[in-house]
Amino acid sequence: MRDNEMTTPEIRIAEAGTTGIRPLLEIRDLAITFKTSGGEVQAVRDAHLTIMPGETVAIVGESGSGKSTTALAAIGLLPSNGRVSGGQILLDGEDIAHAPEKRMIELRGNTIGMVPQDPMSNLNPVWKIGYQVRETLRANGQPNGPDDVAKVLSQAGLPDAHRRAGQYPHEFSGGMRQRALIAIGLSCQPRLLIADEPTSALDVTVQRQILDHLDTMTTELGTSVLLITHDLGLAAERADKVVVMYQGRVVEAGPSLELLRNPRHPYTKRLVESAPSLASRRIQAAKEQGVETADLLAPAAEPAAADNVLQIQDLRKVYKLRQGLGKSSDFAAVDGVSFDVKRGTTTAIVGESGSGKSTVAKMVLQLEKPTDGRILFDGVDTSVLKPADLFKFRRRVQPIFQDPYGSLDPMYNIYRTIEEPLRVHKIGDKASREKKVRELLDQVALPQSAMQRYPNELSGGQRQRVAIARALALDPEVIICDEAVSALDVLVQAQVLNLLADLQANLGLTYLFITHDLAVVRQIADHVCVMEKGRLVETGSTDDVFESPRQDYTKALLNAIPGAKLMLPPEVA
Amino acid sequence: MVRFILRRLLQVIPVFLGTTLLVYYMVFALPGDPIAALFGDRQPPQAVIDTLRSQYHLDEPFWVQYGIFLKNLFTFNLGNDFTGQPIAAALARVFPVTAMLAIEALAIQAIFGVAFGVFAGLRRGGWFDSTVLVASLVVIAVPTFVLGFVFQLVFGVQLGWAKPTVGANADWGSLLLPAVVLGLVSFAYVLRLTRTSVSENMNADYVRTATAKGLSRPRVVLAHILRNSLIPVVTYLGANLGGLMGGAIVTEGIFNVPGVGNKLYQAVLRSEGPTIVSIVSVLVLVFVVANLLVDLLYAWLDPRIRYDQ
Repeated sequence: MRDNEMTTPEIRIAEAGTTGIRPLLEIRDLAITFKTSGGEVQAVRDAHLTIMPGETVAIVGESGSGKSTTALAAIGLLPSNGRVSGGQILLDGEDIAHAPEKRMIELRGNTIGMVPQDPMSNLNPVWKIGYQVRETLRANGQPNGPDDVAKVLSQAGLPDAHRRAGQYPHEFSGGMRQRALIAIGLSCQPRLLIADEPTSALDVTVQRQILDHLDTMTTELGTSVLLITHDLGLAAERADKVVVMYQGRVVEAGPSLELLRNPRHPYTKRLVESAPSLASRRIQAAKEQGVETADLLAPAAEPAAADNVLQIQDLRKVYKLRQGLGKSSDFAAVDGVSFDVKRGTTTAIVGESGSGKSTVAKMVLQLEKPTDGRILFDGVDTSVLKPADLFKFRRRVQPIFQDPYGSLDPMYNIYRTIEEPLRVHKIGDKASREKKVRELLDQVALPQSAMQRYPNELSGGQRQRVAIARALALDPEVIICDEAVSALDVLVQAQVLNLLADLQANLGLTYLFITHDLAVVRQIADHVCVMEKGRLVETGSTDDVFESPRQDYTKALLNAIPGAKLMLPPEVA
Repeated sequence: MVRFILRRLLQVIPVFLGTTLLVYYMVFALPGDPIAALFGDRQPPQAVIDTLRSQYHLDEPFWVQYGIFLKNLFTFNLGNDFTGQPIAAALARVFPVTAMLAIEALAIQAIFGVAFGVFAGLRRGGWFDSTVLVASLVVIAVPTFVLGFVFQLVFGVQLGWAKPTVGANADWGSLLLPAVVLGLVSFAYVLRLTRTSVSENMNADYVRTATAKGLSRPRVVLAHILRNSLIPVVTYLGANLGGLMGGAIVTEGIFNVPGVGNKLYQAVLRSEGPTIVSIVSVLVLVFVVANLLVDLLYAWLDPRIRYDQ
């Protein structure tokens, strides 16, 4: 079914190279324009990359860098307001940049396959998994009986494929859905697979399994892979070549390891420096950085040792799962968790989705009632607080949530967002509140002019700074960060983590950091609590846990960090 | 599934008792004496009034009247209206007519509304979309009685395409014109709902993935856009069926359709409690069954909705 492309006459031109092997995909001077209400916007300009048969090439960049747009152009799936405004996309010598839709339908599926980013939204919820595989096979003229469908699914690592084919997407976990999508993407043995952030929505351990499996399958089939990712570590680990995109341009390209060790472009350098990894150390606040390391570690810990601002004792949270007819079964989301948080330090709770880490955070914030156990704040049991005391408690413990897009009220401007807690707690008059808001904006390094703007006019990083300013408004002692930097690009993430570290040093804040990202933990935390299925499986200082993890689960988590080994200094690796 | 249907049917009982009680009480509380109204300006002898009162149990307190009504209902004896006609026979005459009208109107809404909506939604901002949007806005803005009279005049009288009024012998053909008028407003809503739903789903990730799999455009539209877009439309259509069965008073009046709307209107004018409540009881059943059908259709359209665990 591929031979028809071999006969196209243009092939000769592309074969000018002396190696005799023609690139499978060659993108030359590609420019992509989007029509917006504000006129035409150039999303990609002068992009170029080459993928040889069987090769894996990664495009790395932050959101908005044009990496996904470039990949979508290669399979002819630009959004309706976007178009290729210049350059060529040569697939086996044939320019498909402006190919008619009919030709693209021929190519999609059996010549160019795609594994999309978000497994939750990329399967149609109303069709069975088997049907969605089958229609792919049928559209590309492949045998599509029940056994063929099951074979495709089991090759992608789905056990019990016959039964699974009869299930709907909502009956699958995220990892299983991603396997189904990989099955669909590879079902017609395409020569090129476009994998757009194929695992960024998954837990690290699942991510590793899926990527390993994808590697095996593409190696067996000899498929070329165009991998799109924001994660430099992952790109370097999985790809032969890395192409770095920044603001719509390719700024650097080369073999993975070389690019990682000798980045030349300033953006790549920053990307390599701020890529969180095992090798990185805890961020020191700016004012402490001049001080000797020995002084740094010792005094902070010793005098504070006795002062536990939070004590979690044997905390349990049991949810009732409805099973119809008034029957229900108990599900322990959090099961006997105990730990202390020392004043002025950062404690991280890590775990995968479903480990109960966010439930702990909610209970500490008094947003959920514990089924059992106690939470002592400054030595006082929070479960017996009267409403008036609870109100005071909320002033001293503030949250920062994950989604900077969802957690700010879009109808409130920034001034009103930050001022609201002050108003609710009746602090100061109008003039003094405005002064406080200005101070807070300074503290989080946002311009005063931001006061009159609305959340949708700010970037993700700026919004998270607003969320931090809002949390700081009441001069809290403890800040609970629930995945506070997970939604941010690497460089922005590094800036926000630095900001949090500075604020901690200046204001003596205590952080309880909920995250699935061990690399972030390494950068920010003093103590780590590892949770698995509602239980605390390991606790200790960050250095101890990272250097000598005792539990298998912790080891698995650490091993699963992409690029972990690559990022170590050369002499260690 | 069976258990779900049974549970839903059991829910009919409280709904039924509640609505009939409420409607019966409202009729009971209406000012004016229905017996006196029967005689117009003449003053009948007191003995006649008393006989009629006890015959229709109007001299009894409210709870007794309601109790008698329920008892009659469960023995399938709806009694007579104030003109001496059996209520059951009247219902058997009017409901089929209205059911035909409603089904015809529903079919017009569903078929044309969805088809136009899909075409408009797929080419949002195109000439078809713009034309259809303006036209539907006009339809929504103009009151039904104006549309009804205009259609009656243009298609019924001037062009002679259809009978201007329906009269006693209603059939599918003669009901077409009133069905168009009746369905037109909801057609506009169905169209707009489908259009929005389609143009939203068009940008869904799974639609892009379906295209990336190499499916042809018609398949992507039918299997991945249309089915997902129908979910809100079905909700609206289901709720609307109940409305069509009971609420066609204006349209039935204009086209002289001998249906439920007409009958209900006359019964309200005469404060005929038993007739009104009988009609309402049937409508309650229709509503419940229509909603049940919608819920079942839902489960078929969207497998994430499950009724039995």
